[in-house]
Amino acid sequence: MRDSTFKSALSDRTAKTFMGVLFGATLLVTLLNQIFPPDSALHVSAYTVTLLGKYLCYALLALALDLVWGYCGILSLGHGAFFALGGYAMGMYLMRQIGDRGVYGNAELPDFMVFLNWSELPWYWHGFDQFWFAALMILLVPGLLAFVFGWLAFRSRVTGVYLSIITQALTYALMLAFFRNELGFGGNNGLTDFKDLLGFSLQSDGTRVALLMATAISLAFAFVLCRWITGSKLGRVVLAVRDAESRARFIGYRTEHYKLWVFTASAILAGIAGALYVPQVGIINPGEFSPLNSIELVVWVAVGGRATLYGAVIGAILVNYGKTVFTGIMPEAWLFALGGLFVAVTVFMPQGIVGLVEKHWPTLKQRFMKSDSNDDRPSAQGEPS
Amino acid sequence: MSALDSLRETFRRDQVFDFMRQGTRSVSPGQLDAGDGKNILYLEDITVSFDGFKALNDLTMYIKTGELRCIIGPNGAGKSTMMDVITGKTRPDSGTCFFGQTLDLTRLSETDIATAGIGRKFQKPTVFPEHTAFENLELAMHDAKGTWHSLFTRMSGEQKSWIEETLAQVGLLEDRDKVAGLLSHGQKQWLEIGMVLMQKPQLLLVDEPIAGMTRQEVERTGQLLQSLAGKHSVVVVEHDMEFIRSIASTVTVLHQGSVLAEGTMDQVQNDPKVIEVYLGE
Repeated sequence: MRDSTFKSALSDRTAKTFMGVLFGATLLVTLLNQIFPPDSALHVSAYTVTLLGKYLCYALLALALDLVWGYCGILSLGHGAFFALGGYAMGMYLMRQIGDRGVYGNAELPDFMVFLNWSELPWYWHGFDQFWFAALMILLVPGLLAFVFGWLAFRSRVTGVYLSIITQALTYALMLAFFRNELGFGGNNGLTDFKDLLGFSLQSDGTRVALLMATAISLAFAFVLCRWITGSKLGRVVLAVRDAESRARFIGYRTEHYKLWVFTASAILAGIAGALYVPQVGIINPGEFSPLNSIELVVWVAVGGRATLYGAVIGAILVNYGKTVFTGIMPEAWLFALGGLFVAVTVFMPQGIVGLVEKHWPTLKQRFMKSDSNDDRPSAQGEPS
Repeated sequence: MSALDSLRETFRRDQVFDFMRQGTRSVSPGQLDAGDGKNILYLEDITVSFDGFKALNDLTMYIKTGELRCIIGPNGAGKSTMMDVITGKTRPDSGTCFFGQTLDLTRLSETDIATAGIGRKFQKPTVFPEHTAFENLELAMHDAKGTWHSLFTRMSGEQKSWIEETLAQVGLLEDRDKVAGLLSHGQKQWLEIGMVLMQKPQLLLVDEPIAGMTRQEVERTGQLLQSLAGKHSVVVVEHDMEFIRSIASTVTVLHQGSVLAEGTMDQVQNDPKVIEVYLGE
């Protein structure tokens, strides 16, 4: 009853609702795209399919951040780095799939290496022509970086704003490094011009829909995984570390191990999000490491509501939808709008949209249904029961 | 002593190494050795200074196994600093601090010290505010504390009834599902005592347990602490003289970072040095 297992997390009401909405929306878009001809009013364009896929990748990334920020209280301002690293691992695989179809027609080397007059493939590119290897690296590279970084930071008891600053520095340093041509990841231009994934053309509608599906399934899986983690005793310890770290230490928990565990798990999820993102948008470049991206990510989670998991997903989708609409109308004002949004959320709804709804839910329910609610924790902080 | 001498000392021909003899080594390193008649805590010549101010000054004190010891002293006498040294929060500048015969507390981390069997109730009650009373005790429960274990563990019926027993012991059974942040101050104090109990400690350090409690609550706390002594060793830091008189067997008076007097309450109260410190200033 109290300790969740993966199975119980899969079958609880929140997870079912979440998956219902997620798969419902995904299936609807898929069907509208596949069944109706392009000139029909009900047709959904491939652009929309990809856009939705992109939002779901962001949602997965937000979920990862919520795990580490909402539950463990570690405000990472560098989570975009793990996302980008997962993306680069996928991008490297996609580059190798191009083969001799590149501009220079060189089957051995990606275009940018030919352009730089490199004669052979650097050692770290070996293995990326195998999907399984790339998939392993998608999990391993962000996970390992988070592990080493977290181990050093948490062991030295770096917390709070200092930790936020060094995570920010981490992603900034990676961005500068990836901008360099000598590093061998395409420099400024990054990796692009992808042709196919596992033999399926990335341009076809079928592949786009399949990628959307894969993203939705990954998001659902990650959601259930996070529900399991937060519902287990580990989740309660992590919450205890967030609220009173020294107390947790005095009752015998190695709090740095718990933080490291959560941080690494979160980085791996972020890496998966990045890997799903790259084939859908068709490019990965050092801009993904930009500190601004990581800060935007924090805003998504803050807007949705921390420590609820679904709040992060809602926040990511809403803010990004807003961004799509807004940048269409007034591109130059977007950053101001984003900043304003963050301030507004911090001041007026510290628990985010989910917190706001939960707070007013009993009154709304009473007004509309005229029945008393028997909610005994009306002001609960969104903690899963 | 030169290296050659110490080598000779180590390899003396007229004796056998301890580990070669069967049955001589009853305790392996890292295990608590505080059997009957031995002391559980040895504080010797401990000095701690903060920017030149000596919070503890050559403090030497022993706690017997199973004892209930009260520590009093005016503000700034070093009571809390002493607790910090024992639990590893503060490292002494000099001096030794042993838990039993073998565990050097100045070398262990806070977590190791907690695991070794020292539980601490803080002066300001610190519970986990967003967890229920039940969950607070569950977190403190004596159990493996690793990450993977926590992820896969499921509470056994035995553990559940143990938690409920402890909840009843500290009078919080009815509030078991209440979020700890909403408990009253006295209830938080008790919850924290309960948390310390769930750690199955050999030594309990209780810092000002009755602050903010009503008379009845104070009485119950006194009974609780007395019932714990014997099975556990208990060190209570308190200001309230009446409370100490009601529970204490031995009292230690700290003043300016070292022990001023030690004995029964009556002895201590009639000690001219103590009277001077408490009344003369």
